[in-house]
Amino acid sequence: MPHRILLILLAAALVAYLALTMRWDWLPEYSSALLVGVWHTLLLLFSSALLGFLLAVPLGLVQVTGPAPLSWLARGFCTVIRGTPLLLQIWLIYYGVGSLFPQIPEIRESFLWPYLRQAWPYGLFALTLSFAGYEGEVMRGAFAGVPRGELEAARAFGMGRFTMLRRIWLPRAVQRALPTLNGEMVLQLKSTPLVATITVIDVYAVVARIRQDTFLVYEPLLFLALVYMCLTGILVVAFRYFERRIPTRSA
Amino acid sequence: MIQWELLALSPPGWGGLLLQGLLTSMKIAGGGYLLGLLLGIGGAFGKLYGGPITRDLMECYTTIVRAVPELVLILIIYYAGTDLLNRLLTSIGLGAMDINGLAAGIMVIGIVQGAYSTEVLRGAIKAIPHGEIEAARAFGMSPLLTLRRVTLPAMLPHAIPGLSNLWLIATKDTALLAVIGFTELTLATRQAGGTTKAYFLFFCAAGVLYLLITLISNVIFGLAERRARRGLPSFR
Repeated sequence: MPHRILLILLAAALVAYLALTMRWDWLPEYSSALLVGVWHTLLLLFSSALLGFLLAVPLGLVQVTGPAPLSWLARGFCTVIRGTPLLLQIWLIYYGVGSLFPQIPEIRESFLWPYLRQAWPYGLFALTLSFAGYEGEVMRGAFAGVPRGELEAARAFGMGRFTMLRRIWLPRAVQRALPTLNGEMVLQLKSTPLVATITVIDVYAVVARIRQDTFLVYEPLLFLALVYMCLTGILVVAFRYFERRIPTRSA
Repeated sequence: MIQWELLALSPPGWGGLLLQGLLTSMKIAGGGYLLGLLLGIGGAFGKLYGGPITRDLMECYTTIVRAVPELVLILIIYYAGTDLLNRLLTSIGLGAMDINGLAAGIMVIGIVQGAYSTEVLRGAIKAIPHGEIEAARAFGMSPLLTLRRVTLPAMLPHAIPGLSNLWLIATKDTALLAVIGFTELTLATRQAGGTTKAYFLFFCAAGVLYLLITLISNVIFGLAERRARRGLPSFR
């Protein structure tokens, strides 16, 4: 494929041009801060995805089988989360809830206060709710999509409702929801930089500080874009590997 | 406890400012969405019918835009776009000019939307039965006429769910412009909250406005899908 070679050469020339004509001397000085930033971004990503997923399972389940008020509540939660910008949610939780807490003496004196004085619990909470809102819809579809016959078979074996949920319904639903998890994780990674607006130090915040310190406009931003592209690439490849190890097709 | 008079429309209240912010947000979302659709139609045709180089370039565009967070893209496009335009203007002898924030916002959202709508439209065009396009060609329609009369209307039922998602993403992405200091709904809300310390009231009010936009859009897109699918077998 000669045109590919040409394009690769062009891209290499562009990269060489950027590397030679732009200023990169700040990189070594900030490399440790950048690594810490990447670590915080990943920490936020995985902990919010894990907590959000745990929250999404009941959200999906009550929408399929729960009593009507609970089901409406879950549906309303998903609609509100998906219908408003994440930035607004983060600011509501940080400025709104965060400004209420100091007024309550019980919270100020509790063991949680040293954490609640910082910004990251609010960021993590907002990201978790957001992930739960989007993944809750996926889990609703996954619970509804488990073939009726499998559940009937479980009932015919005399399983109780909770045994059936634990042994058949939940595993089969998670199995069906896994392929969409890849895309959801990439979306979640792309929403993590928003927590930098409430002073959480992730990789985006580190780059914003570099831009303030060095007065450089483009170089740190281009570097940041490269970092996110690498992280996305690693996520996509890793999930593809795991997906291939889990047989998802119901023959 | 809740000071509802803060939401009054005239100046002691902040309601007017919020509604103005909403209007700005909608202008940017609408403009960016339309620009994105144009880019998307071009991108989809480039990916489907273009030569190998066009195809690879389109692939780079969609991959990069979809891998980098919108916030970072907005910063890059905002600074690089205005800078490039000013350099261009000075090189042809005109002085540098102040780029209108609205235009910059529309450009930024449009470029991001373009990558996503390329994928949506490409999938929708591929879902058209090939015979329909062959029939158009057999009737002697020129490629442009085929596009207008057959390809675009026939792909619409497949594209509308994706396009409706993209519109909702566009309305919510306008909130990110608050980070670069552009006064749309979210930044107006934060200013109102910061001045009055009634953060809860204002953020909830803005949330209700965004939610209303979402719900109204859902109804409109539902009607549009019903119309686009007329004559097709229903899949439910």
